[in-house]
Amino acid sequence: MTLVNEPINRGEIRKKYCRFKKYGIKYIDYKDPNYLLKFVNEQGKILPRRLTGNSAKYQRKVAQAIKKARHLALLPFVTDGLK
Amino acid sequence: MFQRNYETVFILTPVLSDVQMKDTVDKFVNLLKEEGADVINVENWGLKRMAYTIEKKTTGFYVMVEFKAVPTIIRKFELEFRRDEKVMRFLTTVLDKHSLAYAEKRRKGEFNKKVEAKEEPAQ
Repeated sequence: MTLVNEPINRGEIRKKYCRFKKYGIKYIDYKDPNYLLKFVNEQGKILPRRLTGNSAKYQRKVAQAIKKARHLALLPFVTDGLK
Repeated sequence: MFQRNYETVFILTPVLSDVQMKDTVDKFVNLLKEEGADVINVENWGLKRMAYTIEKKTTGFYVMVEFKAVPTIIRKFELEFRRDEKVMRFLTTVLDKHSLAYAEKRRKGEFNKKVEAKEEPAQ
């Protein structure tokens, strides 16, 4: 079994962009859970920037909004099969 | 007087009757008015299912209040929340210019016309 790294299909990885900069969204509302669901994985954990493609500034805002939503029980702290 | 915009969301325990719920909400709104704050908007989201149980309950009566006030009264306002055992949870946030613009848009109902299109509408 030779150690061969599989070919990474370049085409599939498209350039990630920060949706907040692109669409000019300035405020992320913590009261709107179904928008925040896009930044949370199956177990309700916050997705890292490398997956969401957010810029640092907006990733922090998203994280703060998710934590406020969790405090208000709009989002669970931990669950399974959230989506 | 320097005034800031605030937004408070609080959850009432569901076991109350409608009358009690209305009285509790009015109590907090009147408390704000007495303190000289001008209440911009009060929204009752009604009985909602919560993501996890609080005080052994799975549903809660959500209320949102938007107001403009002098920062000093927030301490008294939140003290009142802590004292009242009908309130299970509360969260007060200050509104900066972006969130203020968003709140006004939300009040005008610009969002619920198109059902939260794929992307949050550009602001």
